[in-house]
Amino acid sequence: MKEVPVAERLAKEQKSISISEFFLKNRHLLGFDNPTRALMMVVKEGVDNSLDACTEIKILPEIKVEIHQINENRFVIMVEDNGPGIVKQQIPNIFGKLLYGSKFHKLKQARGQQGIGISAAVLYSQLTTGKSTKIYSRISSKKPAHYFELQIDTKKNEPNILKDIEIEWNKEHGTKIEIEIEGRYLKGKQSVDEYIKETAIVNPHATFIYITPEKERYEYIRATEQLPHEAKEIKPHPYGIELGQLMKMLQDTRANTLQGFLQSEFSRIGDLTAKEICNKAKLKPDDKPKKLDHKQIELLFNSLQEVKIMAPPSDCLSPITSELLEKGLRKEINADFYVTTTRSPSVYRGMPFIIETAIAFGGELEKESQARLMRFANRVPLLYQQGACAITEAVSETSWKSYGLNQSGSNLPTGPIIIFVHMASVWVPFTNEAKEAIAHYDEIIKDIKLALQECGRKLNIYINKNIRSKEQREKINLFEKYIPELALSLSNLTNAKKNDVEDNLKKVLKKELPTLEAENGAKE
Amino acid sequence: MVQKNKSSEKLKELGEKVIKEIDKGKNPSITIPIRALSNVLFNERTRTLELGNKTSSRYFFNVAHAKKFLQTIEIASILKKELLDTGKHEHLRGVFYIAKRTVPGTNINIVDEQVESDKIIEDLEVITGLSREELHVSANKMGSLVGSITMIDSGDTIDCSKLGRGGYSIPSITDELEFKKVNAKYVLYMEKAAIFERLNEDKFWQKNNCILVTSQGQTTRGIRRLLQRLSEEEKLPIYVLCDGDIYGAYIYSVVKYGSIALAHASERLTIPNCKYIGITMDDVINYDLKKQLIKLDEKDLARIKQVSQYDWFKNNKNWQRQFKMMKDLKGKVEIQSLATRGISFISEVYLPEKIKNKDLLE
Repeated sequence: MKEVPVAERLAKEQKSISISEFFLKNRHLLGFDNPTRALMMVVKEGVDNSLDACTEIKILPEIKVEIHQINENRFVIMVEDNGPGIVKQQIPNIFGKLLYGSKFHKLKQARGQQGIGISAAVLYSQLTTGKSTKIYSRISSKKPAHYFELQIDTKKNEPNILKDIEIEWNKEHGTKIEIEIEGRYLKGKQSVDEYIKETAIVNPHATFIYITPEKERYEYIRATEQLPHEAKEIKPHPYGIELGQLMKMLQDTRANTLQGFLQSEFSRIGDLTAKEICNKAKLKPDDKPKKLDHKQIELLFNSLQEVKIMAPPSDCLSPITSELLEKGLRKEINADFYVTTTRSPSVYRGMPFIIETAIAFGGELEKESQARLMRFANRVPLLYQQGACAITEAVSETSWKSYGLNQSGSNLPTGPIIIFVHMASVWVPFTNEAKEAIAHYDEIIKDIKLALQECGRKLNIYINKNIRSKEQREKINLFEKYIPELALSLSNLTNAKKNDVEDNLKKVLKKELPTLEAENGAKE
Repeated sequence: MVQKNKSSEKLKELGEKVIKEIDKGKNPSITIPIRALSNVLFNERTRTLELGNKTSSRYFFNVAHAKKFLQTIEIASILKKELLDTGKHEHLRGVFYIAKRTVPGTNINIVDEQVESDKIIEDLEVITGLSREELHVSANKMGSLVGSITMIDSGDTIDCSKLGRGGYSIPSITDELEFKKVNAKYVLYMEKAAIFERLNEDKFWQKNNCILVTSQGQTTRGIRRLLQRLSEEEKLPIYVLCDGDIYGAYIYSVVKYGSIALAHASERLTIPNCKYIGITMDDVINYDLKKQLIKLDEKDLARIKQVSQYDWFKNNKNWQRQFKMMKDLKGKVEIQSLATRGISFISEVYLPEKIKNKDLLE
């Protein structure tokens, strides 16, 4: 028998796998690891796309989410928006091709980041039910509406169009998708219900209509007509760059000189800084970017990290803003006290970010239980992996006792409180592709703590004042209750008439009231 | 009945004073002598603890005082109306239950725990100068008596030499007992009921012609009053037998000079000429009890330091010597430890020897 070298034999077995096939086998990486979560992920991807689309054309979003239960573990999810719609040619690519999108290569604050989103939902649908995804879209009242039925060719990562027709649709513009999946519907902290409620809180400019599988109808009406400030796209900041990325940028650039490259491809590099970087890397400002060898690129990379460069611009960020966050909270959460904080921008690894925190306290919130923590990244609620998230770490490490709450060890505080933390960034560092937990960067944790402390101080003032005034009122009310008792005892002890004593005691109380209030106030 | 009217009148006076202030539009107040070490004096002449003249005022219209003020008047009215005016007696516990009710429209009880009403009754004693007994309030019976004495208790004649192993159960109010026939030559009071049982079984009181009295733990007022009466009316010497430790020394001092909490009642309770029979630190050496010593802990040492500074011990050389020996020996000893020398060593050797040799501490 002829010996086949092992390497050759192995080579025959080795073949490239398509990205679709990879995700087919690793669906947990995308957050589709169990039926309950899959249902939420599909809704989430749909809603994220709708919100981003509306924001892009500056429309106040109106999003309808409807879930039909077909049988015990089959659901049809419909998400409909009033966004700009999608041009006919793009529809198959957006829904039928993984990693297709405009967001991946941009440094811009957006809900989704990798463009896996909605096509992953299509893939999951096809995998669990074999059904195609239905898409309705219209871009203008002057153009017809289009209807598509699609699947993904997983080998080629290409859309497989099963139906493509023009239809009647009584909507001027917008998109509607229908995806059938295997899933499970549960209520609770990690449910679709909660996801939509939290999304409504952090998107106070959007209206949501949500019909649950149990046919309950929720309407979350917008609290403001003010559209969020549009996030600008920025160039990478030198501190956030990696060597490989720098190499690719040098190859791709249209600049002819190194100085030109530095000034045009990065943010915050001007004439002087560019020259300084070149000097430090022992390179000439007019070197050709495409001609640098590996060693030179490494020197350039090190120099980029060493030279002092201004923090990236922050107009690329779109925080919810304290005022609107409070509006969002007030409409969805019934509490006695609300406080919100928006920090000024900070930077981690060259990426600008803004932390916003809020606290809702008292009212209908449960008194004795552990605080509810609501986490958000770029206006998307994070419902899973709370324990792995940098936000959780920052909240637990904050000393809530100093703000009038109970807290045992490094846990969440207890009391009638909901704590909100939102991170807005051009690039949120998630721990994995399910995008449910933020990675533990010191700069991020520090900023969250500072924001929480600011809210905490205000909460403390409120608790002190509120409890003090309440206790004072209660104590003074008590005298009114004690008076008849004392009058009765005194009339038993002497021969005095109870009513006379009672009347006279009431007169004394009136006289003593100012002193009592003053004393009581001074004591706390 | 004269007594009862006097008590009832005094409580009524308290109420009338309060009403007068209310009628004048004043914030009503009750003045109470302070019952704390800071206001307790040791009277060198009478050799008893006395209450000083520091007072505190309790106001109704004061957030911190209101509830106690109400409690004071409410309990005063209960004592007057339910007890004194009807001639009935009630336990501390019973008074607590009569007073325990909820103020309408609140979730506040006039009293929540018995300690509260107990404290108020003590307050009323110092306010009115009446004893608890005079207010018709009794406490739990906690003591026994056996020996050569015949008494009349509520019309029943009781020969305390014929009461078996249990003896006579000392009532909480002993003012009204009548001493009919007393043959005993002295009274031996001990803090431990177990020793009482030992001595009773050994017929110690018969052989030594005495009276044995015990309490279980703290010496109650009833026992102290009874001992005082036996001392004053029957001129019997009173000997106190306690554990050889700082707590025993304090029990002895309470019987002899009075206590801080009841300093206002010293006159009726103290026995300035009673004597401490044991166990002394010298006994530890003389009766070879060193091996029975229990090591002192920090709490014991702190208490020795505290008690040795009390006015009534401060200038007492004999007791200061005892305290020093306690610290030197670093130990304390229980009465029961004498049993190592034989079960009846205490009744056959120890006590007879101590009494015969007048080996007593003042």
